[in-house]
Formats: sequence, C-alpha cells, structure tokens
Amino acid sequence: MPAGLTYEPIATTTVAGSSTASVSFTGISGSYTDIVFVCDIDGSTDDSTRIRFNSDSATNYSQTNLRGDGSTAESTRSSSIAQISLGVADSTNQTNVIGSINNYSNSTTYKTVLLRANNPAEVVAARVGLWRSTSAITGIEFFIASPGNWVAGSTFTLYGIKAA
Amino acid sequence: MSPITELIGGAKAYGWGSFAAVGDFESIATVSVGGGGAADVEFTSIPATFTHLQIRFIARSARSGFADDPIDMQINGDTGANYATHTLNGDGSIATAGAGASISYFRCGRMTAATAGASTFGVGVIDILDYANTNKYRTVRTLTGEDNNGDGLVSLFSGLYQSTTAVTSIKLFSGTGANNFVQYSAFALYGIRSA
Repeated sequence: MPAGLTYEPIATTTVAGSSTASVSFTGISGSYTDIVFVCDIDGSTDDSTRIRFNSDSATNYSQTNLRGDGSTAESTRSSSIAQISLGVADSTNQTNVIGSINNYSNSTTYKTVLLRANNPAEVVAARVGLWRSTSAITGIEFFIASPGNWVAGSTFTLYGIKAA
Repeated sequence: MSPITELIGGAKAYGWGSFAAVGDFESIATVSVGGGGAADVEFTSIPATFTHLQIRFIARSARSGFADDPIDMQINGDTGANYATHTLNGDGSIATAGAGASISYFRCGRMTAATAGASTFGVGVIDILDYANTNKYRTVRTLTGEDNNGDGLVSLFSGLYQSTTAVTSIKLFSGTGANNFVQYSAFALYGIRSA
C-alpha cells in the first residue's frame, strides 16, 4: 500500500446559523473507492434530513428501511422518490447518521447508499438507498424537509476510503 | 469536546471514523471481478499485524430467476459446523429475524441477482473484530443491503466462528449454491490498527 492515508477526511461543514436547511459538498474527487459520511444533527422541528446526488432532484431514488422505536420493529419502502431519507432531525435530541457509498465514482453501476441512523430517544434504523444513475458522484447535498432548519452546531463530514 | 469529535471517537472503534496517522486503516487487498465472473472471492495470507479487519463490497450474483442472493463466509478454509449467526432483516414490508447454530458458514451480505435492474448492485461493510487474538472466538458483524426500486433488503448480521485460531483467510461466496459474482463486483479488505 503506497504511503498516505487510506481513510481520510475530505470536508466538514458545521452549521453556524439557525436557518440552514441545505449543506452541499461539490467537486468530490473520484480518487477514492468509497465515501463515508457522518452527520450529527439537531433540527428546529422534527423534520427528515435527506440526501441527493449531483443536483438530481428527479424521482430517481428509492430506499428500503429497517427501524425499531423501542416497541415495534418495522420495515418500509419508498420507490421512485426525489431523495433518500437519512433520519429525523429531532428538535429535542441529536440524531447521528453514518453512511457509506461504496464505489461511488464508477460509471457502470447505480449508486447504493447504506446507513445507520440513531436517535437514542426515539429510533434506531438501518437503511439502503438507490440512486438510479451510473454517473460518478461528484456532489452530495444534505437537506432538511421544509419548513425545518438544522440547529447551529449540526455537522456533516465526508471521508474518502481508498482501496489498494 | 465537540459533537463531531465525540461521534468520530464513538465510530472509530467500528472503523467508520477518521484516522489521522498513516497505517491505522490500511488497504490489504482488493478483488475486482472481471468479465468471466467469479465463483468465490478469497483473501489469503492475511497478516496478523492489525487488530481488526473490514471488508467493504459491492456485489451482484448470476443467480437466475431471482432479484437477490445472500453472501456467505467461511474462515481459514474451515467447512465444518463451527459457525453461528443471527440476522435482522427488513424487506420493505416486515422486519424479520433469524438464527443458525453449528452451521458450516455464516451469512455476511446481500447482493442483487439476475432479475434485478441491470445496473443495481448490493453493498455491505463487514467487520471482523480481534481477528488475530488467539484467546477468543471470532465475531463478525455486517451492515448490508440492496434496493431495486420496488424491492430490496436491508440486513444486520452477526456471525461467530468458534475457533481461537487467528484468521488468515476469508472466503466469500453465494449463499444459494454455485452462483458466480458477476463483473464489476468488488471486495476490498482493510486492516485497522489500535494504539
């Protein structure tokens, strides 16, 4: 393995104000194998934090979910939707999300997102999401469903993992 | 301590955080399946110089007539009934659980198969903890899934290999028989060092 980091930070955004509803990472290098994103978020209201790629807001996404809320375990699905939901940015508790986009920069396969979402007061969830595009991912947008905003201090970090 | 530092600190033990020093998280080997497909993927001669291993994959099966296929694992060429597993699955409508004991493999992944959309692959992250410690059995955990815009599966797996022998080889294969991994499937093995 050549010298240098195999797993390295790409960028971090920390929400500073009280009216931020979107965080974007653009110009993502294709030099990694996988992207990992880590979100630690508080919302002004209980609204869904979502992700989409390369500014594609068309209904090219879908997802399958597995969640437990302390009394019920359930699985749900959404098809042909305009984004992938990560989790609810709870107004009373921090929610953290750790997700992986394996082989994000290849131009052959659709892009699949795999993530865990945790709101310790409400829910634990695992989700798999699909973006039906073979384009390499060069931009990632996190956004919160209207009319919510993230609370200042919410953070979004991208990491790149490089295989041999 | 900032929230991001706490989060990275908590996630770091699972290999999902940030590693500042060169060599903490290293790529050991990568297998990319070519045009002829592959009956299995095997990592061999794994060095004992790390603390944990992680496999990150994207995979699709040639299993005909089905949209999905599981991935199974065997360690050190052991085909005996020395494995156990627990599974938690979501298929988009119900959550189900499963288990197996004294079996000859354990389940460690989900992938799409022949009737899934042409460019759709399953993905997963597999952690093998303390893989070289000769004082304990091997514990493996996986987060994996595949979505096909109308069907799919997301799963959490835990696996036990009842041997204290250090892991030196890992074999991954279709869980439903002699079904190849197809072209563009890729499996990357990483080693994680502790302080």
